[in-house]
Amino acid sequence: MDVVLALLAGVLAAASVWLMLDRSLVRFLFGLALLGNAANLVIFASGRLTEGAPALIAKGAAAPEGDVSNALPQALILTAIVISFGLFAFALSLVHRAHKDLGTTDSETLTIAEGSDRT
Amino acid sequence: MSAAWLLFLPIALPFAGAVLAFIAGRAGDRRAPQWVNVGTTALMTLVSLLLLSAVWRDGPQAIQMGGWAAPFGITLVADILGAVMVVITALSGLAVAVYAMADIDEGRAKLGWHALYLVLLAGVTGAFLTGDLFNLYVWFEVMLIASFCLLVLGGDKAQLDGGLRYVALNLVATVMFLMAIGLLYGLTGTLNMADLHVTLKTVDAPGLVTTIAVLFLGAFGIKSAVFPLFFWLPASYHVPPVAVSAIFAALLTKVGVYALIRLFTLVFTADVDYTHGILLVIAGATMVTGVLGAAAQNQVRKILSFHIISQIGYMVMGLALYTPLALLGAVFYLVHHIIVKANLFLVGGVAKRITGSFELDRIGGLYKAKPWLAVLFLIPALSLAGIPPLSGFWAKLVLIEASLEVEAWVIAGVALVVGLLTVFSMSKIWLEAFWKPHPDGDAAVGAVALTRGETVALVAPIVLLASITVIIGLAPQPFLDLAARSAQELLAPEAYVRVVLGGLP
Repeated sequence: MDVVLALLAGVLAAASVWLMLDRSLVRFLFGLALLGNAANLVIFASGRLTEGAPALIAKGAAAPEGDVSNALPQALILTAIVISFGLFAFALSLVHRAHKDLGTTDSETLTIAEGSDRT
Repeated sequence: MSAAWLLFLPIALPFAGAVLAFIAGRAGDRRAPQWVNVGTTALMTLVSLLLLSAVWRDGPQAIQMGGWAAPFGITLVADILGAVMVVITALSGLAVAVYAMADIDEGRAKLGWHALYLVLLAGVTGAFLTGDLFNLYVWFEVMLIASFCLLVLGGDKAQLDGGLRYVALNLVATVMFLMAIGLLYGLTGTLNMADLHVTLKTVDAPGLVTTIAVLFLGAFGIKSAVFPLFFWLPASYHVPPVAVSAIFAALLTKVGVYALIRLFTLVFTADVDYTHGILLVIAGATMVTGVLGAAAQNQVRKILSFHIISQIGYMVMGLALYTPLALLGAVFYLVHHIIVKANLFLVGGVAKRITGSFELDRIGGLYKAKPWLAVLFLIPALSLAGIPPLSGFWAKLVLIEASLEVEAWVIAGVALVVGLLTVFSMSKIWLEAFWKPHPDGDAAVGAVALTRGETVALVAPIVLLASITVIIGLAPQPFLDLAARSAQELLAPEAYVRVVLGGLP
């Protein structure tokens, strides 16, 4: 199972690099989303894949019974997903605004900032 | 005040101020958010000075958030380096907040500029005070989202374009950081930096540790704009309002440098020859490309942006040499650079207000019209270049002495030559903007008159920062002592580790 996850993270990362190298900013964003998911899978796998119960302690007991799965990486991923969702939404709206105001999402033709503040 | 409050307030104050500034802005009064902003940063300065004095007196301070003992909870911790960075953040934050009163237009203020500014400061302060890697990631995100908004707020076309570049590259860096965190957790089972210092010594996988170290190096390398990962910086720092440029220039890349210093003294010290060897090469290349890039530019803010890159090289050099004297130099350089660089952007902004442009071939005559501004420009400019007796001279002197001490002749030579080229760049701004007559005649200088209030708001922070530069230059000993203590703590972090892992205070 670990191998499958590792391969999946690798494939996602490779696909995201391919997308991010594109001149279209929209494809760049999709690449970024994939890369974020690859990172989440890495964190998930690094918490070890064990077949355990949820990390809950029964009422009255001091410790959980039997094997429990590691809850921390899941908490980390949850945080990371929320944050990357926010950032992705921001980046998407930025690209949308660029498309509306500048009329392009092709990174080669975006050269306004290269000029100067002569306006 | 107890240590817990002193660690908590520098983060809580700007967040509270941000909420207040936003509400005050909604209520409709134009001036209220500005004053909230100035008041909050002034309070932050006060609290952070108290924190620094507590750390100086009693050694590193730590609190465990929510009472969860380290390494399970989130720790806030301040050693000398962290406390000094918080002080300097608050101080430059205060200076730029005053400047923003006259620089930020009503439209931007209405959209919540002042609230976002305070959130940015909260993110930066949090990054300096946290003792946990994942929490550091969260503070980076707080800082990033605020900086994204500040960069594009107002929506000029150039701002959108520059903003896209900045956003794209920084998001990639963030994901790299996250991936490195995941791998490090998989290897050690902890993300508390003090605990990592202890645990990593017991991990028997040198190859994997070095791989993770280099992944962190890549992530923070993009953040701190080192060679060859700097290209987003000069593509974006010249587009927003001057106040935004100034605070970005002062703080954002330095958070990256701080993270590098923290990780490569506390956590990744297993293979110093390899990792710090890479850092040394990067430092040299960063200095050279930055200063050459600046020489090719003809716009004030672009020149200054490239100089940020070149100066980052000096700080990384201090870390890479990894001796007490070199780290002393790196810490001293950080402090000196934040003050000087913010000030140069502010002076550039005033010059633009008076002459009408940032383009060197379209401005001039400033010396004749405003000799006092010329003096205020010369202080940070000469300090940046390392002319005695200003703060930059001591910073460069210590670093070059440190490199000669370990017989690193090449990097010492590079540092000296880059200092010389910096003089060239600064004299270019001096000759073009101040010395030569304005291309449109003398009458074009000061065509747009500033009101008295605007003049005070624009010039007061410049005078404040310039006088700090002069004070550090004339009386460097206390600052050198501070940096020396910090270097000592960085190289022997036992006290830091003990205070974090020692259980509840």
